[in-house]
Amino acid sequence: MNWTWFHRLGSPPHFFRIAGKMIPWFAWAALIAAIAGLIGALGTAPPDYQQGEGYRIIFVHVPAALLSTMAYAVMAAAAGVGLIWRMNVAHAVAASSAVVGAWFTFVALATGSLWGRPMWGTYWEWDPRLTSELVLLFLYLGFMGLRSAIDDTARADRASAVLALVGVINLPIIHYSVDWWNSLHQGHTVLKFGKAAMPPSMLVPLLLMMLAFTLYFAAILLVRTRGEILRRERTARWISEAIGSG
Amino acid sequence: MMLHWLAMGGYWPFVWPSYLIALFAIVLNIVLARRAFRRARDDARRRARSQRDAS
Repeated sequence: MNWTWFHRLGSPPHFFRIAGKMIPWFAWAALIAAIAGLIGALGTAPPDYQQGEGYRIIFVHVPAALLSTMAYAVMAAAAGVGLIWRMNVAHAVAASSAVVGAWFTFVALATGSLWGRPMWGTYWEWDPRLTSELVLLFLYLGFMGLRSAIDDTARADRASAVLALVGVINLPIIHYSVDWWNSLHQGHTVLKFGKAAMPPSMLVPLLLMMLAFTLYFAAILLVRTRGEILRRERTARWISEAIGSG
Repeated sequence: MMLHWLAMGGYWPFVWPSYLIALFAIVLNIVLARRAFRRARDDARRRARSQRDAS
């Protein structure tokens, strides 16, 4: 297998240039998917036979929850790559992913709480899914706190990468918590035993919203990573060629 | 018709705040990411200018 692309991505000028070209594509695709998804989510999708119109919260809750775990997986993978191959760009990706991940973990918890009040009768329950998602938020905050507590960027990269990799254990716990324990939280929303757990009129808008959140994450991650690369490489000669001297 | 839709079958106090929280996080992350990028770019430009002036 040819790994040239991987090594080229590790080059800050190359990554900076490629990311700059890809951001508008991700951003516009995210906007189109979000508009199409919202038309279904708030319009064409029928009410749920049990939860009525209240179930429409899932169209933002599930994509936010997906983004919260996806951002952690990206952060941990990038941190691992940075730790093993000493790739500066990978550490920049990990640092950038954490902020977005933390925000959307908060969104997943807040919207889940708003869904829980009318459906369960409570805003919060120490349920395995909710608790493991809260642990995820603390892992993000710990990762960012550790980075900001260490002045030396290289040391901050290494220390936070170890924390990110240890925290990966929480991802399967979040995903399988509804199977492993008796949970108040409903089972898998999109797929149940390989079959869709909802009709296409609900599933399609949900998939579109998940796609929109994923594309949005890609766009924001690249904007943040470009900024992080500029911060780290500010003394490098290629920077003035890439951004001009104003 | 519009009011019926906005009422969300009586679930409006839960549905609309959920969408507003998500929208707030989406917009805020765009603003923060762009601001962080601009700050880093301006700092890099300042350094490049001062290096050029020094040489």
